[in-house]
Amino acid sequence: MTTVDPTTTILGIETSCDETAASVVVGGHLVRSSVVSSQVDIHARFGGVVPEIASRAHVDLLTPVIAEALVEAGVDGPDLDAVAATVGPGLVGSLLVGVSTAKALALVWDVPFVAVNHLEAHLYAALVEDPSLELPVVVLLVSGGHTMLVAMEGHGRYRLLGNTLDDAAGEAFDKVARYLGLGYPGGPAIDRIAMEGDPEAITFPRAMYGEGLDFSFSGLKTAVINHVRKNPDAGTADVAASFQEAVVDVLVTKARRAAQQIGAKGLVLGGGVAANSLLRERFLSACVEDGIHGFLPSRSMCTDNAAMVAAAAWWRLGSDGPSGLDHGADPNLKLPLIA
Amino acid sequence: MLVLGLETATAEVGCAIGGHEGVLASSHSARGKRHAENLTPAIEFVCHQARVELSEISCVAVDNGPGLFTGLRVGVASGKAIAQALRVPMITVSSLDLLAFPLRYTDRRIAAVIDARRSEVFWAFYRQVPGGVQRVSEPAVGSPDELAAELVADPCDTLLCGDGAIRYAEHLSGFPNVEVAGGDHAYPSARALVQLAHARALREDWIRPQEVELLYLRKPDAEINWSMREGA
Ligand SMILES: [Zn+2]
Repeated sequence: MTTVDPTTTILGIETSCDETAASVVVGGHLVRSSVVSSQVDIHARFGGVVPEIASRAHVDLLTPVIAEALVEAGVDGPDLDAVAATVGPGLVGSLLVGVSTAKALALVWDVPFVAVNHLEAHLYAALVEDPSLELPVVVLLVSGGHTMLVAMEGHGRYRLLGNTLDDAAGEAFDKVARYLGLGYPGGPAIDRIAMEGDPEAITFPRAMYGEGLDFSFSGLKTAVINHVRKNPDAGTADVAASFQEAVVDVLVTKARRAAQQIGAKGLVLGGGVAANSLLRERFLSACVEDGIHGFLPSRSMCTDNAAMVAAAAWWRLGSDGPSGLDHGADPNLKLPLIA
Repeated sequence: MLVLGLETATAEVGCAIGGHEGVLASSHSARGKRHAENLTPAIEFVCHQARVELSEISCVAVDNGPGLFTGLRVGVASGKAIAQALRVPMITVSSLDLLAFPLRYTDRRIAAVIDARRSEVFWAFYRQVPGGVQRVSEPAVGSPDELAAELVADPCDTLLCGDGAIRYAEHLSGFPNVEVAGGDHAYPSARALVQLAHARALREDWIRPQEVELLYLRKPDAEINWSMREGA
């Protein structure tokens, strides 16, 4: 049995997509350092993350990022109790850089290696910033790769309440931004220009609005393209604002419904799209209206980071013990669900 | 001076440890390209067999390519992590040099040829010099036919080695004076890596982990498409 206590110090490593990150976290929530090196500029000219380019960048960036995280935390190898890395889901070539690095460090320092599920790490992001968060909560996880509603009933006890049937919300932002010529990444670009537009100028469809908790965003993207084709004079700011309104409306409506359905004590936002200002505003006012505890982690905790990896690893080390040094990466890893 | 060598440029995963007494222990496996799964346990195993603690290592050597991109990154990322944690320097050796080195006793020209996938190969030519081999051409990437054209252009006795030579043996061995070495010489070995790196380590011919560069020889597709679009 592994002893995991409030002093257990874990180095977390995250390389599942285009952020190279390392963090030292004590006891699952005390963040001693969290270093994130974003590759967003490297991928910008391609209009999206290029897997081979991401993998190459991770190899170059990870060593200095880890060195910085250790120095900032004021710890060295012998002070660490475990090394954790995201093993999936994500881009396989990128994941393998982090996994190989973490296992090698664990071997040299003679401490356990802990394999972390990236989605579980996102769920733990809120607990890093608010360890007193009362469960069960519903987590709305929205990023470039995921749009899901998860009921977190306890540590390691999750139910998938809703998922996207096609594009992730962040993907829809990127595609619409590219179509409107707003550049990459699409989320911040649309967020910015939407502030100058009228969100009610165009009524875009809300797919599956009344049905269940699943999402669909590919039709919305098509609707935007069709609208612009038919109305070449439509103001870009109005189109962006109306598109953003439609996405946020669906996300918040379904998140409230999910929280009501399971009698959640709180509603938590996570993932890169959680940086969107309209989503943050609507999310909080919905929680106030429904009299439910709304928790909005800081923007840096919503986007990919390694502190959430180290936090999830702390819980996993306590419940499951160390992972084997023969662990690989799984690009399609699913969130472990209870029946 | 003990050197740890990590070799992951091809379908084989290799690890070896050695010093002035030669190679003390090594492990090679070529099953299913499970580089990430196999490498860390192999390091642990080799250290144990050699009765060496990782903390006794003075230098980490890695194959920096050309070869399988993902495989190479597993070895290089692991090597950089170990060197960083132990605060020791690194040495990089090309996969092509490693393939040619075990053939150093032949007086023929040597062509090291690695399967680059997508119907292409990586290659370089070598000649024998006292104590080893010397590369006489820049590492190249191209079709087996392009390599064949080079063999014909300079028709001296040539010994080809590597998984690329074996895979395209029909393209490459039909010429007089050309022979393809067998399966023993299909993959660069971690043993050769440790031998070559040890000689360099004695001269302190090494680099810091952050200076390690991979020899990809091929740009990512997205960059190729991008420059074509920009050029148009
Ligand atoms: Zn993520």
